[in-house]
Amino acid sequence: MINPHTKDKNTFGFWVYIMSDCVLFAGLFATYFVLQGATFGASTIDEIVDLPFVLVETILLLTSSFTIGLALLAARSGKKNLTLSFLLLTFLLGLGFLGMEVFEFMKLVGEGSGPGRSAFLSAFFTLLGTHGLHVFLGLIWMLAVMAHVMLRGVGEKTLSKIMCLSLFWHFLDIIWIFIFTLVYLMGALAF
Amino acid sequence: MIELLFGKLTLDAFVHGPVETGAQLLVIVSALTVIGLLTYFKKWKWLYREWLTSLDHKKIGIMYLILSGVMLLRGAMDAFMMRAQQAVAVGGNPGYLDPAHYSQIFSAHGVIMIFFVAMPFMFGLINYMVPLQLGARDVAYPFLNSMSFWFTVVGAMLINASLVVGEFAGTGWLAYPPLSELQYSPGVGVDYYIWALQIAGVGTLISGINFLVTILKMRAPGMKLMYMPIFSWTTLVSMVLVIFAFPILTVTLALLGLDRTLGMHFFTTDLGGNAMMYINLIWAWGHPEVYILILPAFGIFSELVPVFAQKRLFGYVSMVVATVLIGILSFMVWGHHFFTMGAGANVNAFFGIMTMVIAIPTGVKVFNWLFTMFRGRIIFKTPMLWFMGFVTTFILGGMTGVLLSVPGINFELHNSLFLVAHFHNMIIGGVLFGYFAGLAYWFPKMFGYKLNERLGKYAFWSWILGFLLAFIPLYILGFMGATRRLSVIEPAWQPLFIVAAVGACIIALALFLQLLQLVVSYKDRKKNLDVTGDPWNGRTLEWATSSPPPIYNFARIPQVIGRDAFWLMKKEGEQIKKEFEDIHLPNNTPIGLAIAVCAGLFGFGMVWHMWLLAVLGLIAIVALVIIRSFEHETEYEIKV
Repeated sequence: MINPHTKDKNTFGFWVYIMSDCVLFAGLFATYFVLQGATFGASTIDEIVDLPFVLVETILLLTSSFTIGLALLAARSGKKNLTLSFLLLTFLLGLGFLGMEVFEFMKLVGEGSGPGRSAFLSAFFTLLGTHGLHVFLGLIWMLAVMAHVMLRGVGEKTLSKIMCLSLFWHFLDIIWIFIFTLVYLMGALAF
Repeated sequence: MIELLFGKLTLDAFVHGPVETGAQLLVIVSALTVIGLLTYFKKWKWLYREWLTSLDHKKIGIMYLILSGVMLLRGAMDAFMMRAQQAVAVGGNPGYLDPAHYSQIFSAHGVIMIFFVAMPFMFGLINYMVPLQLGARDVAYPFLNSMSFWFTVVGAMLINASLVVGEFAGTGWLAYPPLSELQYSPGVGVDYYIWALQIAGVGTLISGINFLVTILKMRAPGMKLMYMPIFSWTTLVSMVLVIFAFPILTVTLALLGLDRTLGMHFFTTDLGGNAMMYINLIWAWGHPEVYILILPAFGIFSELVPVFAQKRLFGYVSMVVATVLIGILSFMVWGHHFFTMGAGANVNAFFGIMTMVIAIPTGVKVFNWLFTMFRGRIIFKTPMLWFMGFVTTFILGGMTGVLLSVPGINFELHNSLFLVAHFHNMIIGGVLFGYFAGLAYWFPKMFGYKLNERLGKYAFWSWILGFLLAFIPLYILGFMGATRRLSVIEPAWQPLFIVAAVGACIIALALFLQLLQLVVSYKDRKKNLDVTGDPWNGRTLEWATSSPPPIYNFARIPQVIGRDAFWLMKKEGEQIKKEFEDIHLPNNTPIGLAIAVCAGLFGFGMVWHMWLLAVLGLIAIVALVIIRSFEHETEYEIKV
């Protein structure tokens, strides 16, 4: 029993939510750029950039965006097991990304460049951490969606869930591309 | 182990000074009274089934209004305490409030009045009326609507909890750093502030998305955007502002929270922190916020002026354009809140001019209303009186606003009582009068009987008189050099402060009359019943159904053929009679309430560093969201 009015509302509403999340990240990016120079004797951005490491992170995340697209395609053609396998693959790639990010954070804290060390580091950790938190929530969501697919197959309702999840995941990818370009690449060049 | 469970919370947090203990007891006694009455009359089950778990937009709207009313009384109490303090604290007399407590009172007053009176009042009216005006059966996401409401309640409860356990922020309603940083505000007050607003703010953001989608996707067939009632239009623009502005508030408070909780340095005075950035960020949210509040009030006036002038609205299109323009401009003026920050002459000139520009679309609106009244047969019912009061006071406030927008003058008046008088002029004369007008206008729709006219008029005149007496002296005091937030004053200012205190007493009388009006109207409801569903000869679709409307709002979704849809139906008859169709409505669910309660526990845990509670609260939220996603039967059907 699906209310005819609700059909296209969910995706549209989710788009609107993503717009508002964009504003949230815009605030964090603005903060980051204001505080980028406020290093106060602690490490600067070019000292903490490890481009090859970040490249691997980026590849993991971009690939996961591709695989969730495949999951959506599989779901559209009604292939339950294929959908599940692509979702699982996406999950693992996302987990890999998150693991690498946590590792990077731990390393920085270990070197005495924790978020409490300077305003710049606070902004750096918060911008990246917020993205990471989104990825983490996305992973939990992905598990829930996989449970839905497993229990209910790929009907109209689950399809709409996968659709929203993939929108969210692509959105996180776009944010990461901004982080990769504006924080890491420009950071490595700037000084 | 004890620390993991209780964090910073000790028994000392419950012990306060004498005045604060009074407030503490008042909160506890009120809570116990409500619980006692509910138990005595065996109403718990009824409350739970009919209200707490309801997803009906009309019931949620009424609950918003009740929340707003309760918090209005608390916010007003704070205001009366301030007026009493400033009337007597002169010439060596410290008054009855110590400075620390006084700071908490003015901070709580501002926070409560904006977030937990004005916002719920607005969302109450929007919730009830927008779906009806659009000819819809509910909002786009009824479940999220319930959750948003409970988030707002939980935010308000956290603020009330600060009266009992611990303290509230003494930093002013926007908690500027570095004062709000741990170094200068080591107590839990600012943390209460952060988490109460964070939770309520998330609720508001979700509501914003909800109503945006409702307005764009749920309009009755035939209702083009340019056929929409103006109240729905102003709500649409206001919700767009919510969606763009509230994430900024979330970020700003989160950064302040990170400074305080994890020792980061966004706004601290050391290690590169930049307090001015907070002030920029908070006003990038804060200025749109006041337009979020005022636009629906403008919409309410645009609804009721044509009805009581018995003419169609003058300049519908220009009204829409002005609304959208105000919405856009609201994001370009935040700098006028801190001309004295030192951003330089060019920056100040830009923000000053943009601020003056806003007066143009606002002026368009005022002239449209006046032209609507021109040569109309005006019926002077209470809603219309509120409108007349609004025009008079709002124009006064608008002009002082334009005055303040001149950076040179602003350097003189910054942080003075002139400013305080100005924004109360806008918020009381504009927002509050607008919502009171809306309440008087739509009350018969919500409850099926009209409010008592005579008491309504008494309340209105008391409000106008009290307002003028309470705030005109503040304009003068501002010129005399009195700054805001002083717990003791200069002797030369005392006479004017006493006048202001008298004004506050008259406002107290007005509030009493309004409560009396509710009681008397309820008692005499048989005399004022609205049996037609259209007590004012209305023009828009909310009057096309019975009062109060059935749970499904409209038995048949109306077909719209033009502006003032209901008016056209009355004049030309319903052109297209449609078949009855099955009706889909959302089932009640307690999960929205449960999620909000867990968010409240999480917030309380964060305030007191009770990490175990905070983590459990978060896990419970995630679990509840997942449980909700697995619910099968979220809707039921009423068959033809």
